[in-house]
Amino acid sequence: MMAAFILVFSLAALLQFFVSYCRSLIASSARLPLSPEVQDVTGISSTASGEDYLRVMQLLLLCPERIEDRGGIRAVGAYYRLLSFLRRTFVKMVPSLSLWTERERAHCAYFAAVALDRRIAFSRNMLAQQLDS
Amino acid sequence: MPSTLGYAIWFLATLLELSVVVCAVAKQSFRRYFFLNLYMAASFLVSVGRYLVLNQFGQQSAEYGYFYFYSDTLLTIFLYFALITLYIHVFDELKAEKYVRLAAVILLGGTALFSYSVVQQSSHRMLTHFFFELSQNLYFVGLVLTYLLWGAILKLRETRTRLVQLVLSLGVYFSLFAATYALRNMFPAWQVALAYSAPILGCLLPLSWAYAFLRHSEEARLVPARLAVAAQ
Repeated sequence: MMAAFILVFSLAALLQFFVSYCRSLIASSARLPLSPEVQDVTGISSTASGEDYLRVMQLLLLCPERIEDRGGIRAVGAYYRLLSFLRRTFVKMVPSLSLWTERERAHCAYFAAVALDRRIAFSRNMLAQQLDS
Repeated sequence: MPSTLGYAIWFLATLLELSVVVCAVAKQSFRRYFFLNLYMAASFLVSVGRYLVLNQFGQQSAEYGYFYFYSDTLLTIFLYFALITLYIHVFDELKAEKYVRLAAVILLGGTALFSYSVVQQSSHRMLTHFFFELSQNLYFVGLVLTYLLWGAILKLRETRTRLVQLVLSLGVYFSLFAATYALRNMFPAWQVALAYSAPILGCLLPLSWAYAFLRHSEEARLVPARLAVAAQ
């Protein structure tokens, strides 16, 4: 009985902590402006849409990986899949969820675009260092 | 003996634990988050110690069993103190450090007493059982405390990005561990399937803490309203 209570409480807490953690990752890059190159490539200027996420991720995967942002990108990817799952299932029952999930998915797309910006800058730095040496 | 995969996960977790301390030192945050770093350094040393004891005595030996459970309890207590220092950081403007420390010691003592009262009927290997029970209960207390701390962060409109991410990572870690402990208690037949869960979960906390130290400076701020789902 006690174990079942702990299990239910911890799963509920896990969901809330995970969502908040992902939102804190997204919030930390929400105010960063995108470079003109990334705006051109992704078509995102100041606001993104939820549908942009997958396209930006494809571009992101083309760039050399940076160890320090791998964990954050994976966590936000899991969050995006959770939101997409909610959209496919519960939105029909709770229509008010639709607006919220779409806004969150758009924030995920913007986060991915900021990560893409960082990776491009990182690749450029690496290339410049190689040319120098 | 653990499988190759088991050793690989173990090695990765040990490296990640060390990387947190290295990142904190590199970003000049070692002293500010001393107990978090102490926990990670202790986890690294315990991992090395467990490897040596495992090689010397084997996985089925009593020596390894005792070392494993006692070191696990010690680490849980260190993690509990790491959580308390996060409380002190969040409440530092309220000058409540003395009260937080007092409450932490009372709660730790109470949890130990409760664990003792649960296991005192079983005379067979009572001490080992006590340490296991204490670990499990401290994980649950840790989860509840992290949940309360998260509530305080939202209420106080905390903006320090690094502090927020350290607390949330700890929340994810505690809740995953508490859920795994509960599953193991409810379904003993799943022990084998859940054998890899602890080492994999052990990678998540150092990974997210290293990320928080590396990515965000102490001055980085975020908008509190972006954190709570209900605030949207």
